[in-house]
Amino acid sequence: MAEEIIIPEADNQEISINMGPQHPSTHGVLRLVLSLKGEMVQKVEPHCGYIHRGIEKMTESMTYQQIIHLTDRLDYLSAHMNNAAVCLAVEKALDIEVPERVKVIRTIMDELARIASHQLWWCSFGMDLGGLTCFFYGLRDREKILDIFEETTGSRLIQSFYCPGGLMADLNPNFQKKVKDFIVYFRKILPEYDELLSGNIIMMERAKGIGKMSKEDAISYGMTGPSGRGSGFSCDVRKHHPYHAYDKVKFNEVLRTEGDTYSRYMVRIDEMRESMNIIEQLIDNIPAGDFAVKMKPIIKLPEGEYYQRVEAARGEFGVYIISKGEKNPYRMKFRSPNFCNLSALDTLTRGHKIADLVAIGGSLDYVIPDIDR
Amino acid sequence: MREIFNYFKSIFFALKSLWTGMKVTGAYFFKPWKIVTQQYPENRKKLKMYERTKGELVMPHNDKNEHQCTACGICQINCPNGTIEVKSVTVETADGKKKKALNKYIYNLGMCTFCGLCVKTCPSDAIVFSNKFEHAVFNKEKLVKTLNKEGSTLKKGAE
Ligand code: SF4
Ligand code: SF4
Repeated sequence: MAEEIIIPEADNQEISINMGPQHPSTHGVLRLVLSLKGEMVQKVEPHCGYIHRGIEKMTESMTYQQIIHLTDRLDYLSAHMNNAAVCLAVEKALDIEVPERVKVIRTIMDELARIASHQLWWCSFGMDLGGLTCFFYGLRDREKILDIFEETTGSRLIQSFYCPGGLMADLNPNFQKKVKDFIVYFRKILPEYDELLSGNIIMMERAKGIGKMSKEDAISYGMTGPSGRGSGFSCDVRKHHPYHAYDKVKFNEVLRTEGDTYSRYMVRIDEMRESMNIIEQLIDNIPAGDFAVKMKPIIKLPEGEYYQRVEAARGEFGVYIISKGEKNPYRMKFRSPNFCNLSALDTLTRGHKIADLVAIGGSLDYVIPDIDR
Repeated sequence: MREIFNYFKSIFFALKSLWTGMKVTGAYFFKPWKIVTQQYPENRKKLKMYERTKGELVMPHNDKNEHQCTACGICQINCPNGTIEVKSVTVETADGKKKKALNKYIYNLGMCTFCGLCVKTCPSDAIVFSNKFEHAVFNKEKLVKTLNKEGSTLKKGAE
């Protein structure tokens, strides 16, 4: 009876399958519902919410000092920048000018965090493409930054180092020397990244021309950060709306116009160089002074609405506060870069293979707790 | 002709790029002293944490079994997670005044997010973070700790 079995024409039948929530290449608990025709992706539908903790609601019952430690837990790889967004919003609302020293230290910390985040992205991107070696090389170098963080802030990943008005503690005396050593070390080691992965033929075949995004689409999806800049969308908050000490340093906004996976990759590699430039300009002249201005124990923001954006490692991170004059915010909203970047995944992957979906997802570099909040 | 040339050229470039990557990994293969992996449980004795490492909250006592906590409860108010519970008793001092004194300082390590607000806001510097980071226990009741020692008193002059 073998002749009677009807083999469905795989080309014409659409099947939908689940990818995730427990899938190593989604970097967390993200569930993607794929519609496939053969191996070709027809549609991707992300289902978020598996790690929703209700952080926005929790902030409504916390004081502004306490909120800081929750923002660490959004995008844990850019904890410093997320902290900075809330601190800057509160400082803006209260019209406080933080000392020059605080601004410079915050800038250095942010850039270190950016390098560490891009290093981890490089590790996992290499691993998504099947190169396990990258993972060990990247983590080896990231360890040095985490050591610097641990020595000054006391924690390695979620530091909660900033507070409204300044910093939680002053710098460790070893900080400057260690950062300088790291820059010297990493300038030597970064070409190794290029040799291992950037110029690798397998990587180029899998990344060049895959997942193209035009500048117009990038703008309309609100793709920011390295993912947006890979499409030529000039969106660096550090350049366009400087905060901290970014207006005093010289650096280039890394832009690429191809818009494919490879250009998003190269933007991040080049951004690590730019971050090192910024740190080098500041590390030798950290002004002396206080590490925080004296704040009242209970901070009450005047009634009104406040918005502050910063450039996190993955794009523009925004904090929107509505205050009714109480010690807790009436409503707080976080604009997370990953959520917007994820929304472009469907457009990016349409018509590509499943294996390319993994590469494109890796190049978007999403962090799930930031998407779900 | 040109196609064949390009074909071989691409093969040559592919091999070259693979060779570049292999050179990096090969270099480390022959230079094992450049490897930085820590053998964690084995090197436990030598392991040195940084002074500021937030391991767990402790209340330092001096050799006379005295701490500096006045049981004011500021740390409890500032903790975002309800990790700390300060239980105080009212005692009568020698000159007949009523005063709060610390009875039990309960700290639930399982709920602590290491934000550092308690240490920062404590007016008497009575609590600090220790470097101990190996917290694994078999049931979570063991994570609830009493930080003041048995029979400890307030340090003289710390009121
Ligand atoms: S530890 Fe410090 S803040 Fe907490 S109750 Fe004691 S004195 Fe007050
Ligand atoms: S570190 Fe933060 S969460 Fe932990 S006990 Fe102190 S205030 Fe509470």
